[in-house]
Amino acid sequence: MQNNKVLITGIGIVSSLGEGLDAHWNALSGKPEPKLETETFAPYTVHPLGEVDWNLQIPKRSDQRQMETWQRLGTYAAGLALEDAGIKEDEALCSTMDMVVAAGGGERDLAVDTLILAEGRTSNDRGVMLNQKLSTELRPTLFLAQLSNLLAGNISIVHKVTGSSRTFMGEESSGISAIETAAARIRSGQSTHALVGGSYNTEHFDMLLGHELGGYLKSDGWAPLWQRQGSAGGGLVPGSGGVFLVLESAEHAEKRGARAYAEIQSITSGQIRRGRDDLKTTVQTMLEKAADGDEASFIVSGASGAHKPTSAEKAALDALPGAAARGISGVTGHLREAQFPLAVALAAIAVSKGEAFSPLEESEKPLDKPVSAAIATTIGITRAEGVARLVKA
Amino acid sequence: MTKYTDHLGRPIVAVTGIGIVSSLGQGKEDNWAALTAGRSGIHEITRFPTENLNTRIAGTVDFLAESTAGATPLSEKLAALAAEEAIAQAGLPMDDFGGPLFLAAPPVELDWKSRFALDRTTIEDGDTSYELMLASCRRKPLPDFFNTTQFGYIAERIADTFGTRGLPITLSTACASGATAIQLGVEAIRRGESDRVLSIGTDGSVSAESLIRFSLLSALSTQNDPAHKSARPFSKDRSGFVMAEGAGALVMESLESALARGAKILGFLQGCGEKADDFHRTRSKPDGSPAIAAVRNALDDAGLTTDQIDYINAHGTSTPENDKMEYLALSTVFADRTSSIPTSSNKSMIGHTLTAAGAIEAAFSLLTIQTGTLPPTINYDNPDPTILLDVVPNEKREAKVSTVLSNSFGFGGQNTCLVMAAEPVL
Repeated sequence: MQNNKVLITGIGIVSSLGEGLDAHWNALSGKPEPKLETETFAPYTVHPLGEVDWNLQIPKRSDQRQMETWQRLGTYAAGLALEDAGIKEDEALCSTMDMVVAAGGGERDLAVDTLILAEGRTSNDRGVMLNQKLSTELRPTLFLAQLSNLLAGNISIVHKVTGSSRTFMGEESSGISAIETAAARIRSGQSTHALVGGSYNTEHFDMLLGHELGGYLKSDGWAPLWQRQGSAGGGLVPGSGGVFLVLESAEHAEKRGARAYAEIQSITSGQIRRGRDDLKTTVQTMLEKAADGDEASFIVSGASGAHKPTSAEKAALDALPGAAARGISGVTGHLREAQFPLAVALAAIAVSKGEAFSPLEESEKPLDKPVSAAIATTIGITRAEGVARLVKA
Repeated sequence: MTKYTDHLGRPIVAVTGIGIVSSLGQGKEDNWAALTAGRSGIHEITRFPTENLNTRIAGTVDFLAESTAGATPLSEKLAALAAEEAIAQAGLPMDDFGGPLFLAAPPVELDWKSRFALDRTTIEDGDTSYELMLASCRRKPLPDFFNTTQFGYIAERIADTFGTRGLPITLSTACASGATAIQLGVEAIRRGESDRVLSIGTDGSVSAESLIRFSLLSALSTQNDPAHKSARPFSKDRSGFVMAEGAGALVMESLESALARGAKILGFLQGCGEKADDFHRTRSKPDGSPAIAAVRNALDDAGLTTDQIDYINAHGTSTPENDKMEYLALSTVFADRTSSIPTSSNKSMIGHTLTAAGAIEAAFSLLTIQTGTLPPTINYDNPDPTILLDVVPNEKREAKVSTVLSNSFGFGGQNTCLVMAAEPVL
C-alpha cells in the first residue's frame, strides 16, 4: 500500500472576519476584534456573515435561488478553495476530484412553521391541518435547499467537481471525519486530490433552536472564549461561515506545480462516552500524541465555548505548559460542521507563514518562535473529538 | 496457499454477516421469503392522517414499538435490529464489535409532535414565535428533543450498543447512502485500517412532512389503490416512487481475518464505483454519463468485464426519469448483452427505502448469490416498450448467480454502484 504525503494546496474561507486567507491572517495577527450581531437574535449573540457577493463564485442567479444560505456559503467557499488551488474551471482536474462535504441541514421556512404552530393551538385535528398547510404553503424547492447532501450536489453543479461526492453528517464529527477520510484515501492511493469542507449559517432562528433545545447558547452577550464559565446560558456563541480545503498527494501537487500550505501529517479522532469517560484526559492524550515531543506547540483550538467540553479542553491545554493555544471561536464563533475545517485551515496558514498568530485574548500566551508545525483541534459540543498535526510541506 | 489480495493487490473484502428489516418483516428469512414470493410491503399509511394528500401509501415499518415514536427512534431501532442480525450471523460478540461503524441515516429535523409540544410551553407567553420557543428552552432545555435533531446521535447509540471502535461516520448521499456506507467500509478494510467493519443503511423517516416534501417535487407515485400495485419499475404506467422504511447491515472483514477466525463467508464485496452528476438537483444528465461512469468504475474496481455480470439489482425506483436513465446507462455499458442479463427491482415490493436502499439491496443481492433465486420485479403488467430489460417479470426465477451489480442513483447527483461476487477476483 502507498504512503503518500497529504498536502493542503487550496484554502477557501468565509466567516464574520471576511473572505479569503489574507483577511483572516490580517484579522488574527493584528488585535482581533470579534464582529458581533447582538440585536437580531437577542438575547443571543452571533458572529454574522459580512457582505458577500455571491456572483463571484456562483455566477448563475438561478443556482443561487436554489440554495439556502448554508449551501450558498459552502458552494462559495468551495469555489474559493478551488480557485486558490488553481483547479477552478480545470475540467480534467475537477471531473476526477473527490469530494467529502460535512453538512448539517435545515433553515426551515419560519413563516410556515409559525403559521402551523399558531393554528395548532386551536385546531381540532392537527394532523389534517398539518397536511393541508404543508401542501399549500411549502415552497417545493425549499426541500432541496435544506437537504444535507445537496450542498455537495450544488458544488457539483456549480463547480463541476464530479469524481465522487460524499456527504458526512453529525455536527462537529462530520468535519473531522470528512478531512480524516479524504486524507486517508489520498495517503493510501485511493484518491489523488479531494475537495473537503463544510459550512454553517447561524443567522436563522431554526438553527439557533437546534443548539438551544439542549441549552447550549450563551445568552448574556459575547465574552472571551476561555472566560465564559459561570455566564448565563450554555457558553456557545455560534458563527456563520464556510471553509473548504483542497487536499492533494505530494506527487499530484508536484506534477502540476501546485504550492502547498502544509502537510497533514496525522489526524486522530475518537468518540468517548462523555458521561462515562474523562474528556480532559482524552484530549490531553490526543494533544500529546500530536505534539510529537514538541514542548512549545502552536495549537489552533476549535473549542466551541460550550461549558463542559471547553473547560475540559482548557484543562488539557493547561497541562501542556509550553504550548501556545488560540481559541478561534472567540473571534469567528462556532461553525459546527465547518469547525474542524476552519481550525485546520488556520493552522495551515500559520505553518505556511512560519509564524503563530497573535493571542486572541489576554489569557493566551504569545509564541516567539518560528512555527514549523501546528495542531488543530475540534472537540464537539456533545460528542466527537478530533486533532490534526500539520507540518511544513 | 490462500491468496488474500485481489486483482489490484488490495485485501479481499468478505461479507460474514447480513441483516435486513423492511416493510416485509424483520430478518433475512422473512424478507427473502416474501420478496421471492413477489409480495408487496406497500400499504395504506396509518401512521398519520392522509386527508388532503395525493399520496396515501408507503412501505412504512409498522410492526415495531418505535414505529410511531418519530424518525430518530425508529431509524435507530431499525439500524440496531439489522446490525444485531448481521453481527450474530458473523459470530462476533454482540457488545464488542471491534471495528468502525459507517451509518447511512436520514437527515431529520425536530418533528411536528415535538414542535407542537414546544409551542405549547409558550402559550401563556404570547403568540407563537421562535423567540418564545427559544426562551422556553432557555428556561428549561429539552435534551430528548435535542437528541432527535442531532445527526450524530443515532451513530453514537449504535456505536455504544455494539462496541464499534473510533469515531463513527454518519453519512448521506441521498438514495445512494446505503451503498456509500458499504463503500466506506470496503475502503477502510482495503487501507488496512481495520480487519472488520459494520456498514448500515437505515431509514425510518416517513412522516407527513417528508412525504409532502417529496410530493411537492412530483417524485411520488399517486396510484394509491391498490397500494401493492403502486410501485411499477420499468412499466409504461409508472408514475413515481413509493417512500419506504427499513435497514440493511453488513459485517465485512478482510478475507484473511475472516478465515483466521473460521467465519463463514457469505460472499465478497468485490467493487465499488461512483460518479457525481453536475446537471441538475433532481434530474440526471440526459446522456446518462454519470450513471454510466459509476457502473463502469464499479466493474473496473471489481476487475470484471461486462460479460461477467450475471444479474443486476436495479435502482429501479419506478419514477419515469430514473428507470429511463438507468436503462440508458445499462444499455450503454452492457450493449448487446443488456436484455439478456436479468435485472430486477426490489423496490417494486419494498418501495424506496431511501437512505437504507443501497444497503438493503446489497443484502438482497448477496442472498441472490447464496440462494440462486432471482427476486422478481412485480407489477410488471404493462411493459415500457422503450426499456428492453429482462426485469424477471412478476415471478421469481432460479439461476446460478456468481456476480451481481447493484445500482444506487441519488437525488442531488450522487451515484454509487456495488459489485458483489460468490468468489473473489484474484
